[in-house]
Amino acid sequence: MKRAALWILVAALVLLVLPQVLPGYQVSIATQILIFGVLAMSIDVLAGFAGRTPLCHGAIFGTAAYVVLYWTTVAGGGIFTGVALGVLAATALAAVFALLAIRTSGVYFLLLTLALGMIVWGVCLRWTGVTGGENGIRGLGRPEMVADHVTFYYVTLGVVAPVTLLMWRFVHSPFGLTLRGIRDSETRMRSLGYNVPLHLFLAFLASGFFAGIAGALYAIFNDYVSPSTVQLTQSVAGLLMAITGGIGTLLGAFVGAGAIILLENTVSAFTARWPIVLGITFIVIMIFAPEGIVGRIRLLRARMRRVSSP
Amino acid sequence: MKRREFIATSLATASLSSTARAQSAPIRIGLMAPLTGVAAAGGREIVDGFTMYWAEANNMAGGRKVEILIEDDASNPDTALQKARRLVEQTKVDFLAGNLLANTGLAVANYVKGNGVPYFIPVIAANDLTQRARIKNVIRVGGYAASQFSPPLADWALKQGYRRVAMIAQDYTFGHEQCGGFAQAFTEGGGTVIGQFWHPLNTADYSPYLGQVASLKPDVVFAMETGADSTRLVQQYASFGLKGRIPLLGAQNTIDQSVIRTMGPECEGIISAAHFAEGADLPATQAFVKAYGARYDNKIPSLYGFTHYIGAMWIAKAINAINGKVEDRDLFLDTVMKTDLPDSPLGKPVRLDAYGNPVYDVFIRRVMRNKDGKYVNAPIGSYPQVSQFWKYDPETFMRQPPYSREFQGIKKA
Repeated sequence: MKRAALWILVAALVLLVLPQVLPGYQVSIATQILIFGVLAMSIDVLAGFAGRTPLCHGAIFGTAAYVVLYWTTVAGGGIFTGVALGVLAATALAAVFALLAIRTSGVYFLLLTLALGMIVWGVCLRWTGVTGGENGIRGLGRPEMVADHVTFYYVTLGVVAPVTLLMWRFVHSPFGLTLRGIRDSETRMRSLGYNVPLHLFLAFLASGFFAGIAGALYAIFNDYVSPSTVQLTQSVAGLLMAITGGIGTLLGAFVGAGAIILLENTVSAFTARWPIVLGITFIVIMIFAPEGIVGRIRLLRARMRRVSSP
Repeated sequence: MKRREFIATSLATASLSSTARAQSAPIRIGLMAPLTGVAAAGGREIVDGFTMYWAEANNMAGGRKVEILIEDDASNPDTALQKARRLVEQTKVDFLAGNLLANTGLAVANYVKGNGVPYFIPVIAANDLTQRARIKNVIRVGGYAASQFSPPLADWALKQGYRRVAMIAQDYTFGHEQCGGFAQAFTEGGGTVIGQFWHPLNTADYSPYLGQVASLKPDVVFAMETGADSTRLVQQYASFGLKGRIPLLGAQNTIDQSVIRTMGPECEGIISAAHFAEGADLPATQAFVKAYGARYDNKIPSLYGFTHYIGAMWIAKAINAINGKVEDRDLFLDTVMKTDLPDSPLGKPVRLDAYGNPVYDVFIRRVMRNKDGKYVNAPIGSYPQVSQFWKYDPETFMRQPPYSREFQGIKKA
């Protein structure tokens, strides 16, 4: 337990000092990693703990971004109300998706959530009067107080840290344990008297809430949103981050987000064929570490402990 | 006290030497283009056209060396934003250029609005960037506004005696704007729009639309397509037997060289309007086409390559005029705005209007074979000095709503 506290302290220190040592652009990358880490965690809540792999979180994330930017530009509202409304919209959307999807599982759940996400994308693309269609919504510029990368990083960190703690508590609560029970055997949980659909519904709702927070942050970060923020590739990217980090590890999401975003950034500086390099990396990870980076490390450590203990 | 003075003086010398260094250091240009994703083919030609000009100029302008840093925007606005940030904040480029898809350009334009970095957009046609939502440091050198060339085409169609038009277009802003320009000029000149068919991007099968078009019996059809959609539309228009029965007009991109390069006789005879016609018999144009072909395995330049070539030319002329002082952004932008090109491959002088969009002599072009048997757009008529506002007063024009699916500027009879 002492060891865990030490790790948390080290991580916190690194995250706090980071913007002081990195140049401006790298700070913006760090911010992006934090934001996508939250998105990947929200996916992990469903995929890793409830055993339901969703492909609609890009749409939930993007909906929050759309609402924030619509509220601050077209409607002329304030940023805080905008963020609140964005997160609310994301949660509401998640509620609708959940009602439609939780009775399915496995590949059916995957396909149903994929289709629901595509509907959102279609609406954003075609409802030109509100969403600006293909052109998207351009913001009025980041609010003055968070205009520079370093301040915005700290604000993001200030949001992401408690959110992470909250999610950690959430998945390790008795409720989270029930989710894991459902993941491992739905019929057993049912026969034990647990209301499985209700649990899944609430998990989906929480997941959507967290994805909404990430989306609202992303809206302020980019100050721009277009259909490509809600499209399928966004959902897939989030899922890949969760898988790369390690599904069911929660905090692995940050490792996954970091790995993918950094890889994208460095490789694309050297070659125009960077998507191929990215693809090969995923294949290698899936073959040699299907449990993800953090999952793999945990496994190795457990094995080492077993070897060292007599 | 002494220590503070020392710090102050050393800071002053440091900043002095950094300005001195800046003057002799290379000018760094950040060029963004979609090298992967849906628009990758056009993106390649953006890089080709842009770098071709700089290679011809020995990568020099205003007495300074020019470095071009190329980034892939992946046809995605979020990636484009990230790359723009990297170029500006990490690579420290002096200005940005490029991008192909409207949404990538709009995202980057929104980013540079905040920091004042000059951004040149030879392909980004979104009307409002040089109209209602003009940003001072965003200039469309070498490019055109979306609804700039369709009004002269509409006028030409009226002069041929066509009165009833049916329109097929991709259902997104670029399509709405081009069709709006056509529809407004056509109906104000006495024509009628008897049908507009909006289809999603990447339509594989045009039969539902072409069937309806045929049954409306229009005098003429206007098609606004890009990329692979263009190829499919032109092919299916011919295979449905409409080619030869109802004349087909296209937006400049529907029938751009990048599209007809791979096509057969089905593209012959389609009419479009643009500032550049690769088949024009002008010495300046043919010299450019030849040089481009010599450099890039006999390829005939498309609009993407061409606009970036003269875009680079435009920027270079401005940099020469200010002796390479691109660090003075106001001076640089003002000079670009005042720069005209008398000796471009267009063979005619071109200049920018007060909103940062060029004014061109526009060709009406027809697809025909050149002497090598390749299909090219060759001029059959021209309209002098066409601006993005056609014949309207800019103020009045900008008071009407932007073209959209709901608003096409169609005059009520």
